[in-house]
Amino acid sequence: MTDAQTNPKTREIDRSQMAVSDEVAIDISGMNKWYGTFHVLRDIDLTVNRGERIVICGPSGSGKSTLIRCINALEEHQQGRIVVDGTELSNDVKNIDKIRSEVGMCFQHFNLFPHLTILENCTLAPIWVRKTPKKEAEETAMHFLNKVKIPEQADKYPGQLSGGQQQRVAIARSLCMRPRIMLFDEPTSALDPEMIKEVLDTMIELAEEGMTMLCVTHEMGFARQVANRVIFMDDGQIVEQNEPEAFFTNPQSDRTKLFLSQILGH
Amino acid sequence: MSDTHAQSVQFVRDTMIPEQDAPITEKGAVKWVRENLFSSWLNAILTIVSILVVYWVLAHILPWMLGGIWVAESLTQCREIRDASGIGYDVACWAVISDRWHQLLFGFYPSGLYWRPILTLIVFGAAIAPILFSGVSRKMLLFSIAAPFLAYWLLWGGSIWGPVAAALGFVIGWAIMTYGEGVLGALASIIAALVVPILYWLFVAGALAGVLQDFLPIGIENIRSDQFGGFMLALIIGVSGIVLSLPLGILLALGRQSDLFIINKCSVIFIEVIRGVPLIVWLFTASLLLNYFLPPEVSFDLMLRVIIMVTLFASAYIAEVVRGGLAALPRGQYEGADSLGLDYWQSMRLIILPQALKISIPGIVSTFIGLFKDTTLVVFIGLLDPIGLSNAIRADSDWNGIYWELFIFIGLCFFIFCFSMSRYSQWLERKLTTGHH
Repeated sequence: MTDAQTNPKTREIDRSQMAVSDEVAIDISGMNKWYGTFHVLRDIDLTVNRGERIVICGPSGSGKSTLIRCINALEEHQQGRIVVDGTELSNDVKNIDKIRSEVGMCFQHFNLFPHLTILENCTLAPIWVRKTPKKEAEETAMHFLNKVKIPEQADKYPGQLSGGQQQRVAIARSLCMRPRIMLFDEPTSALDPEMIKEVLDTMIELAEEGMTMLCVTHEMGFARQVANRVIFMDDGQIVEQNEPEAFFTNPQSDRTKLFLSQILGH
Repeated sequence: MSDTHAQSVQFVRDTMIPEQDAPITEKGAVKWVRENLFSSWLNAILTIVSILVVYWVLAHILPWMLGGIWVAESLTQCREIRDASGIGYDVACWAVISDRWHQLLFGFYPSGLYWRPILTLIVFGAAIAPILFSGVSRKMLLFSIAAPFLAYWLLWGGSIWGPVAAALGFVIGWAIMTYGEGVLGALASIIAALVVPILYWLFVAGALAGVLQDFLPIGIENIRSDQFGGFMLALIIGVSGIVLSLPLGILLALGRQSDLFIINKCSVIFIEVIRGVPLIVWLFTASLLLNYFLPPEVSFDLMLRVIIMVTLFASAYIAEVVRGGLAALPRGQYEGADSLGLDYWQSMRLIILPQALKISIPGIVSTFIGLFKDTTLVVFIGLLDPIGLSNAIRADSDWNGIYWELFIFIGLCFFIFCFSMSRYSQWLERKLTTGHH
């Protein structure tokens, strides 16, 4: 994947609202996770402030997806603390459901609900979790479908949309819950090259509005343009983190250099 | 018509080729016959042989069926009529059907009261319509909820206050569930919603029905279960089994998927034990063994016992079919629902089960069809289902020795029910297609 192919450089990015505040959004300390006897995440310490845009990269199997899936408890961690928006993740189901409704997530394979229309996909959680009246939920849904530029697909089923459109619906579906944090788990990896741009554009717009974002992605163009921090993971550990410019031009660790040379070198 | 210049590399089309009609061998009946019946010499021979075999079978059966005698008093009279008419072959004696159809349909239900099972069938049709077809008004669902109690009262008769008092127990449970959560908390309200109605049924419902009956006596003639029979019996057992086994089967399937150890193991043991033993054994258990375990003064209606056994048996199969549907869903659907903050029951009800059940429709309907046909096994424990009645009819000296006509009629009736279930499931599958997979 070359830089030129995926670089979403169509316009200048409006940075007026992309300020990082001092308020802590996510605080992970001393977090460890095992799959059976396999130690997937080792001693993760990570603090994310409100308004940060963090890109997490690394070779496959390095634990980057597992890390962000721990943040909304799709994966259980065995040691350490994760505090999201002031609520600590524990075994209490109430806490977990609360955090999940505050944290939006986009998946590699979209995970839209194929038996519901696009509009129903977007209104389901607001109606059942937030108890929003149906009419209001539909207005919100249309607002966000407009924002991701597919309001005309509202009455179709996910199976009738292209991959890029489905991923934009998935983003809109998350936004309908008015999350304060968005997690992206390789949102463009399952897409055809010509659809990657439309999804990245949507993500850039989100960033411009000051959304706190954690993205696992291989889109280095996106990382350069939008991220304020890039984290490189390998073997379940955070190996290096830096501002994007310094990260790409002057990597410190040998593993980072090797990784960058492999993904940028063709 | 080709204007391609094969000898040169460069080519630009300047005239477009117009669309032409397909040759006669590529369309219509000719094409179908060629492709399906005579596509090769072997197929042509097989086609001709098959046509001959079908002709031979029909040539023997159709005259027997169509030339049947409809009016006669007994099998002997049937034979006399046949011999007198001078046709040289055997013909069916459908007179047994026209003479005894009421027994095949209603058993020994009093003939003056046939309107009651017929009305019940209409009530059942009206109650099932909003469940089967989404076009029917949702308000009809309220009627569907009341229908089982109405049907029970129509079929068995007695005081109307019995079913009303029983229904009240469900209303109490529902009220505690809906309004009790704020007062008692979630878990306590669920437990109260289960316990209070049971206590009510055990200690209050009977007395309440008695008081109401004294106060305002409304009732119709009571009919005992042993007067039930024929297709009415098969339908009552079959429909009750189907209606009750689906929710039970879904709960068992969810239980088997559960992470909670006790629930998981209980579901597994229940499913494996029930499935591992033949239905006929369970029916004998219901008819014989239960009496040894229950105190002698408890009289537990045999039909009710059979319905419970058939329900449990079918629910174990439904559970496995639904589990297949649950397993077929991609993990992402569970994660998608979780990531939006839906709780377990919401994600099951709104996301997982609608899709899992859709995948399981063919299996579920197969189980239902099997259950409905298996109701004929109750003949072995002395209930008079259609097969049992065919024996009873033969026991009469008038119809001694008649087999085919009765079994064809019974088979045809079962076929109509089972085939409609099958067609409905295919229609439902088509209707639920949303363009994925």
